[in-house]
Amino acid sequence: MTTVTDPVTARTTATRPLVQLEGLCKRYGSLRVLDGIDLEVATGEVVCIIGPSGSGKSTMLRCVNHLEKPDQGLVRVDGEVIGVHQRRGRYVELPASELARQRTDIGMVFQAFNLFGHMTVLENIIEAPVRVAGQPRKEAEARARELLAHVRLEGKENSYPRQLSGGQQQRVAIARALAMRPKVMLFDEPTSALDPETVGEVLSVMKLLADEGLTMLIVTHEIEFARDVADRVIFIDGGRIIEQGPPSAVIEAPQHERTKKFLSRMRGGVEEG
Amino acid sequence: MNATATDEVTAASAAPASSPGLRPVLTKAAGWVVKIFVLLIAVEIISTFLTSDSLQWSTVWEYMFDDRVLTGVWQTIKLTVIAMVLGCLIGLALALMRLSHSVLLNAVAGAYVWVFRGTPLLVQILFWFNLASFLPDLSVGIPFGPEFGSSPTNDLITPLVAATLGLGLNEGAYMSEIFRAGILSVDQGQSEASAALGMTRGQAMRRIILPQAMRVIVPPTGNQVISMLKGTSLVSIISMNELLYTVQVIYSRTFETIPLLVVASIWYLVLTTVLSIGQYFIERHYSRGATRNARPSVAQRLRLTGRAESHDGFFSSPATQPADGRVVDQETK
Repeated sequence: MTTVTDPVTARTTATRPLVQLEGLCKRYGSLRVLDGIDLEVATGEVVCIIGPSGSGKSTMLRCVNHLEKPDQGLVRVDGEVIGVHQRRGRYVELPASELARQRTDIGMVFQAFNLFGHMTVLENIIEAPVRVAGQPRKEAEARARELLAHVRLEGKENSYPRQLSGGQQQRVAIARALAMRPKVMLFDEPTSALDPETVGEVLSVMKLLADEGLTMLIVTHEIEFARDVADRVIFIDGGRIIEQGPPSAVIEAPQHERTKKFLSRMRGGVEEG
Repeated sequence: MNATATDEVTAASAAPASSPGLRPVLTKAAGWVVKIFVLLIAVEIISTFLTSDSLQWSTVWEYMFDDRVLTGVWQTIKLTVIAMVLGCLIGLALALMRLSHSVLLNAVAGAYVWVFRGTPLLVQILFWFNLASFLPDLSVGIPFGPEFGSSPTNDLITPLVAATLGLGLNEGAYMSEIFRAGILSVDQGQSEASAALGMTRGQAMRRIILPQAMRVIVPPTGNQVISMLKGTSLVSIISMNELLYTVQVIYSRTFETIPLLVVASIWYLVLTTVLSIGQYFIERHYSRGATRNARPSVAQRLRLTGRAESHDGFFSSPATQPADGRVVDQETK
């Protein structure tokens, strides 16, 4: 298998980061899910977030588009604070319509696909461009067909989600998110609900997007994929970033005990499976 | 011919499998006894109806399409539709209130359902009809504040209004539970995906959640419409000229009680049958994408054409065959 040798060199710009997380904190009752997360993601960067289950990695990702409201801290995407605004020196929730507008810049792919079951593949993809962005239907359909070709699903326009395999559904979900031309894409364990034989087709589509320069934040358990595709790997445990850096460092030569333990457990799991 | 051959084969292969004793023969004979007994009872009942002197079929036919009866039928349909629409609107509003995070809205909706589901419909109808003795004047205004206009209650509460309020407000309580169950049946991930795409909560509810909730909402709502249609007969008590009241007025003068009740029953049956057929088509519409197989498998088709029977059709009769064919056409298109 050939891989991109050094994806880090692709990054040259040192301007304002596209995604910024500043001191994110989140509690569920007495449980600290996020305990002060700081993170900057550059345009075009692919960041893979790994960590044990319950470590807060999904919660962190869901804070980026405000599906989860952080108790403290701010999220900025392209300089704009997400979900809240300042009023008399305090941050308060944005009006729902403003938040909805901000979310059009942030695509999201879920573990359970969450395709709209009563709509065909094509209708799923054009729904937001037509209803939210107000694009003409013809234009949205043409773009949807392009995207379907991109995720290698030509000819599936008129299928309903339940008629597709998990891997096909997840690729439709990716196309649906891309249809809004987001600035950044969030992937929340996109292959965890898939049969082993369809995991590869989803990962290869994601790799294609990464190679095209899409900014991606990916929560994943696929360590091999993270090593191949990520510019940066972040290991989270207990709601904190324990270690981060290029895959060659975090995955090949982890510094922290917890990272080592986690990775050896993951590798063990892969070998057993 | 194929079917007969298959049946014979099945019978032949089944015979040696069963024990050689008398039991199967006895069971079979007992089965025939039951069948003949049931048939005799059915024939007896039908013949009583057809030949009874008090039933006077000629009278039934005479009144079947009488202008007054037809007006009554029309009033019944009208009342069913208006009360059902009102019930659905109130039901949807209550369901959304109960699903909201507001304690106040929750409590108000809960109290509404408690009162309207907890008292008899007949009492509610009488209450609305007699509203004037409770509130002599109805006014629009701000509580404890200015009043914008008022009118005597008796002018506003006609039998039609009282009937609509009685049936519609009561229906709202039941519909709210149906809507709530339907909305809750749609996976949480659907609203998250809608939100992530930039839809507002209203857009997500209209375009994504409700259409999928309909699959759960429609079947019980169909039952509610049928109950409502029959329930409209209750408003005969407040002299609203619907079907039952109309025939009551006629037989109170002619004393042809039974024939006219049969006239009303036949009309109720016709209307509920039409509603059942309508429900079947609406359910089929909202089951789009709900099943994995768009078209019947080859085996299913062979069974359809060979044995001319289907289990998922309306009335489960051979008449559903063309309907199933159309489903296939639509989805392949």
